[in-house]
Amino acid sequence: MKRPAIMLAAVLAFGLLAWAQGGLLINGAGATFPNPIYSKWFDMYHQKNGNINFNYQSVGSGAGIKQMTDGTVDFGATDGPMTDDQIKAYETKRGAEILHFPTVLGAVVPTYNVPGVTTALNFTPDVLAGIYLGKITKWNDPAITGANKGVNLPAQDIVVIHRSDGSGTTYIWTDYLSKVSDEWKSKVSKATSVNWPVGLGGKGNEGVTGLVKQTPHAIGYVELIYAVQNNIPYGTVKNSSGVFVKADLAGVTAAAAGAAKDMPADFRVSITNAAGKTAYPISSFTWLLIPSKIQDATKRDAIKGFLKWMLSDGQGQVEQLSYAKLPKEVVEKELKAISKIQ
Amino acid sequence: MSARLRWRKFLSNFMLTMTGVCAFVSVAILFLILGYLVFNGGKSINWAFFTKLPKPVGETGGGMANAIVGSAKLLLASSLFGVPIGFLGGIYLAEFSGAGVASVVRYAADLLNGVPSIVIGIFAYSIAVLPFKHFSTLAGAFALGLMMIPITLRSTEEFLGAVPRMLREGAMALGASKWKTITTVIVPAAYRGILTAILLALARVAGETAPLLFTALGNLYWSHGWGQPTASLPVMIYTYAQSPYEDWHRQAWAAGLVLLGLILIINILARTILSRGIAVPRG
Amino acid sequence: MATANPTVPSAGPLLGSRSFLSKLKDGDEIARLITFLFAASVVLITVLLVYELWMNSVLPRHKFGLSFFVTQVWDPVMDQFGALPFIYGTVVTSAVALLIAIPLGIGASIFLAELAPPRISDTLQFFIDLLAAVPSVIYGVLGIFIVVPLMRTVIYPALNKPFGYLPIFKGPSYGVGFLTAGIVLAIMVIPYIISVSREVLLSVPRDQREAALALGSTRWESTWKVVVPFARTGIMGSIFLALARALGETMAVTMVIGNSPKISASLFAPGYSIAAVIANEFTEATGDLYLQALIELGLVLFLLTFVLNGLARLLIVVTTQKGSGKGNQ
Repeated sequence: MKRPAIMLAAVLAFGLLAWAQGGLLINGAGATFPNPIYSKWFDMYHQKNGNINFNYQSVGSGAGIKQMTDGTVDFGATDGPMTDDQIKAYETKRGAEILHFPTVLGAVVPTYNVPGVTTALNFTPDVLAGIYLGKITKWNDPAITGANKGVNLPAQDIVVIHRSDGSGTTYIWTDYLSKVSDEWKSKVSKATSVNWPVGLGGKGNEGVTGLVKQTPHAIGYVELIYAVQNNIPYGTVKNSSGVFVKADLAGVTAAAAGAAKDMPADFRVSITNAAGKTAYPISSFTWLLIPSKIQDATKRDAIKGFLKWMLSDGQGQVEQLSYAKLPKEVVEKELKAISKIQ
Repeated sequence: MSARLRWRKFLSNFMLTMTGVCAFVSVAILFLILGYLVFNGGKSINWAFFTKLPKPVGETGGGMANAIVGSAKLLLASSLFGVPIGFLGGIYLAEFSGAGVASVVRYAADLLNGVPSIVIGIFAYSIAVLPFKHFSTLAGAFALGLMMIPITLRSTEEFLGAVPRMLREGAMALGASKWKTITTVIVPAAYRGILTAILLALARVAGETAPLLFTALGNLYWSHGWGQPTASLPVMIYTYAQSPYEDWHRQAWAAGLVLLGLILIINILARTILSRGIAVPRG
Repeated sequence: MATANPTVPSAGPLLGSRSFLSKLKDGDEIARLITFLFAASVVLITVLLVYELWMNSVLPRHKFGLSFFVTQVWDPVMDQFGALPFIYGTVVTSAVALLIAIPLGIGASIFLAELAPPRISDTLQFFIDLLAAVPSVIYGVLGIFIVVPLMRTVIYPALNKPFGYLPIFKGPSYGVGFLTAGIVLAIMVIPYIISVSREVLLSVPRDQREAALALGSTRWESTWKVVVPFARTGIMGSIFLALARALGETMAVTMVIGNSPKISASLFAPGYSIAAVIANEFTEATGDLYLQALIELGLVLFLLTFVLNGLARLLIVVTTQKGSGKGNQ
């Protein structure tokens, strides 16, 4: 009978050891859109402040909002700002306000895998809406070839790829399509999860990128850095001034220029299809969701400290990952808003 | 020999050969899976995999050290939760209970066993995550432990029941109380079968992913204690395999190899223990 | 069931007739109580689980009632939820899986039970049991990296070019889809069919076979026309067991089915299953109706697997009893 006793003691010792605390863990969940920059930021911040760990789970904006409302994570992240109903639900359930803090500006690009086509295809709003409504089904449809003279497009079916999870990137995409297509607006509308007329679902920006990469004749919508990091081509989009713009820092910054001046107090704003000759039409802010009341003082200070760092040093990191910096006016407003976190 | 007879004989040989082909294909699939995992996982396993933490998105060179430890913790805690319930419940069924109560408990255990793991995840979320306001290793262990209970319970009951009457009657003739008989005679006689069942239950939950999505969530760092979210091998495999990054694919193969290797070793161990037989008294 | 051994009379009917300490020392009553509590907790947990599923799906049950099962729309924006696409996907992928797994599985079990010498039969069965132990997520990984490309490069052209006019083989190839998920599921459930069918075939009494052979049948005829029909109910049971497993499979399916809540006749089209949609959308279902609609789906899945498992068990027990009971006629 001795051996089981020794084994039990070893097991208990392991258990107790595992109970030992080590450092502050702050859990967050949400958008995959900014995951590349968030994971870099949190890693850098952890290098600077060894005992503060921000555990960010890239599970989609929908999950971020839901988990915040359920109170199971300390902070959330989303690229689709919470709707009034969702905010009300949060306030009722959690008894505090939910604060949106913009972190970066990013672009959603139409990325595709058409064998033989390595250049950037030009997409008009009608083409994008038509493809995702299921009305344009082949790559050599006149609407597409019309905007891409000289490119050899095959007579193959378009494999449409969208998100299978609740996604802020979906919100940005459908927000844009709702603005440029009345049919889309009435049939599908904008949200983090919609009733897609056609297509396959991939999980996260990662999943969509993976599917596009592996599936010939596919088209999908992803945040710019995912297309860049994985070397898949992405197209230009015609903006409201009629110019075909390829997503880049200048285009995204231009799209945010108008909103920067008129930023509402709660920072919820849409900049898709923005005015301006150089504006990239499918741009967006992305937000961290922070509760206005945080009981744990160490957590509260850590979060406030991170936000201040993010708005200063952190902004210096974003451009190498193809995100655009926040406009100065927005940064100033946010620094003031940090004091709202009690 | 008539034509008809020749045809029947041919058909017989042909069909029987086909069944051999079926059996061969079925077993070959296992070896193909193993081979693929060993090939792809083998070239991806390196020291970094076992010792490093995950790196930020897009950077190479990270590892799954926290996921390995996380899975170990989950298995430990789920056994501590599920095994005692199954084991002691099984003792009750085999030694103390009447037929009516026994069939109710057995029915409940069979019901629990048939619940799809995703539904267990839903249940565990509402019981072990929501009320406590955070994802945790314990919540994951709760979900996995639930899945271990039915196997442990039924096997304990079965193997205890298979212990020969001779042993029981002998102990009682010597004046031992029921409980003493159970602990000193019956359980030791049946321990091989029970241990096998526990190992098989462990192997089954080691690979479960769905319930962990709703309970343990994930963690990029070490998960300290039992109340924090934790990374685990199955969830990492799920996340990394669906990503577009080559380095993550590589790590997913490695993790798959490690996980499958662990599960197969437990299975083989369990079956070898069982095949050595349950102790039977001589004479 | 409690073993038929004479119970040790519990110490003293009256509390005061033995000292408290000595009652504690042999501990039978305490042992009975403690083990009873643990056994009861199993029942309690199960009841709680069903209760939670039922209570937490009340909103969609009241709003949609039975139309939940026949509505195709799954629209979180409009708060319209229907289970039909998921039920369809679950049924189709399981049907495809069974269509592939049943012939292979029964064939293999016949080989193992009737033809292979016992040592080889046991060894092969050992390997097949190991196949059953491979976790779902690993099947999913293999599905993504092996079956999907195979589907795109080999299987789709082979089926679509000659048979593309048939509704089930129409349409473009995505790599993922109903057929891919069905193939992966088939591999996952073959071990269940083989191991249970082998057991029931082995339990068929020898004289059945010998009688058939004595009457001049070939080996195959005695197997297929006598032994297998005798074990038919048990084999059915193994199929139900396999079906129950296929229905509940989550990870492998969600990684290769395409995650699109659409009903489509083509096997190459993307689809969705009940387990897959719960896995993808549960942690992010904002809105109570949405979340509860997913829980109601979980309830449906639970009921389906519950019924199938029960039937399976019944059939298997009946067959093995038949084998031992009526054996010597």
